[in-house]
Amino acid sequence: MMRRLLTWLATLGVVMMFAGCAANRPQQVDYAAFKESRPRSILVLPPLNESPDIKATYGMLSQATFPLAESGYYVLPVALVDETFRQNGLTTPGDIHEVSPAKLRDIFGADAALYMKVTSYGSRYQVVSSVTKVTASAKLVDLRNGNTLWTGSATATNDSGSNASGGLIGMLVSAAISQAMNHVFDATYKVAENTSLRLLSAGQPGGILYGPRSPKYQSD
Amino acid sequence: MLKLVTLRKAAFMSAAGSLLLGGCAAPKPLYQWEGYQTQVYEYFKGESKEAQVTALEAGIQKIQAQGGAVPPGYHAQLGMLYLGLGKDEQMAKQFQTEKTLFPESAQYMDFLLKNASRGSNAGNSGATSATGNTTKESQQ
Repeated sequence: MMRRLLTWLATLGVVMMFAGCAANRPQQVDYAAFKESRPRSILVLPPLNESPDIKATYGMLSQATFPLAESGYYVLPVALVDETFRQNGLTTPGDIHEVSPAKLRDIFGADAALYMKVTSYGSRYQVVSSVTKVTASAKLVDLRNGNTLWTGSATATNDSGSNASGGLIGMLVSAAISQAMNHVFDATYKVAENTSLRLLSAGQPGGILYGPRSPKYQSD
Repeated sequence: MLKLVTLRKAAFMSAAGSLLLGGCAAPKPLYQWEGYQTQVYEYFKGESKEAQVTALEAGIQKIQAQGGAVPPGYHAQLGMLYLGLGKDEQMAKQFQTEKTLFPESAQYMDFLLKNASRGSNAGNSGATSATGNTTKESQQ
């Protein structure tokens, strides 16, 4: 009896050892195009903003590099890219999102572009308290052929806390706390950081795949 | 009995192993960020470029001292700030460093450097041309 129990425990331990790491991906996400494309670099375009707060575009844009780079991609310098668009008369995200993939590839040499849209950015005051919420969606497009490689969306609020534990996103969340230290008074910016981590980190269900600069490249 | 001991040992080892890996041993960051994103946000908000340069330069010192890796875009961001302050040579150096660290950036960095040299040849301050005016290019 004792022996059977121990055998069972030993087996269970081994199973758990592997189960701890493997994130179950939802079946409906199709990674075929992503795996075929294997982009190395990502051009993050200034996000469209459908929220009333004009800070949304640059609040999100300035915080997209961290999760994407830590997931293993080269991320083109976002402020410099924005400046290049400006020098060419493209000053709104709407205009920029209209530029053809071929033209973007020609100038920036990136393998893929990330098109984001912010639908919620800021605080809603309710009777007893306020909730700060940031919601964004994203689409990754292969600039070599215009194919969509991945889409996703994420929301974070200031009362949701960080429920991410372990894995890349857990590490990023704890590392990020120091990142936004200088912006403790800008509550929405801090929430946008969490939205960005949830939206753009690899190694989570429905997330982007790890890129070539990650030790976990092609493990997913 | 001997078998039982071995099994017990195995059970213990595997339980310990699963605890060890269960949280999926938190990965280490690939880069030492040193407030890169904060400085990018400062730039977008139109804050002082001198202060951003000081912060980014101090960050590089810290990364080098601690043997960390500079994140993508960091040197390019610094280069752009140098350009805004009229320090064209330092700008070019930063763009070159970005390219060396991240060959993925080569095409864009070359594009910027080409624009910068053309800007200075034409007697411009370079500030507008180096960040890449493609219409100028197509007129040639």
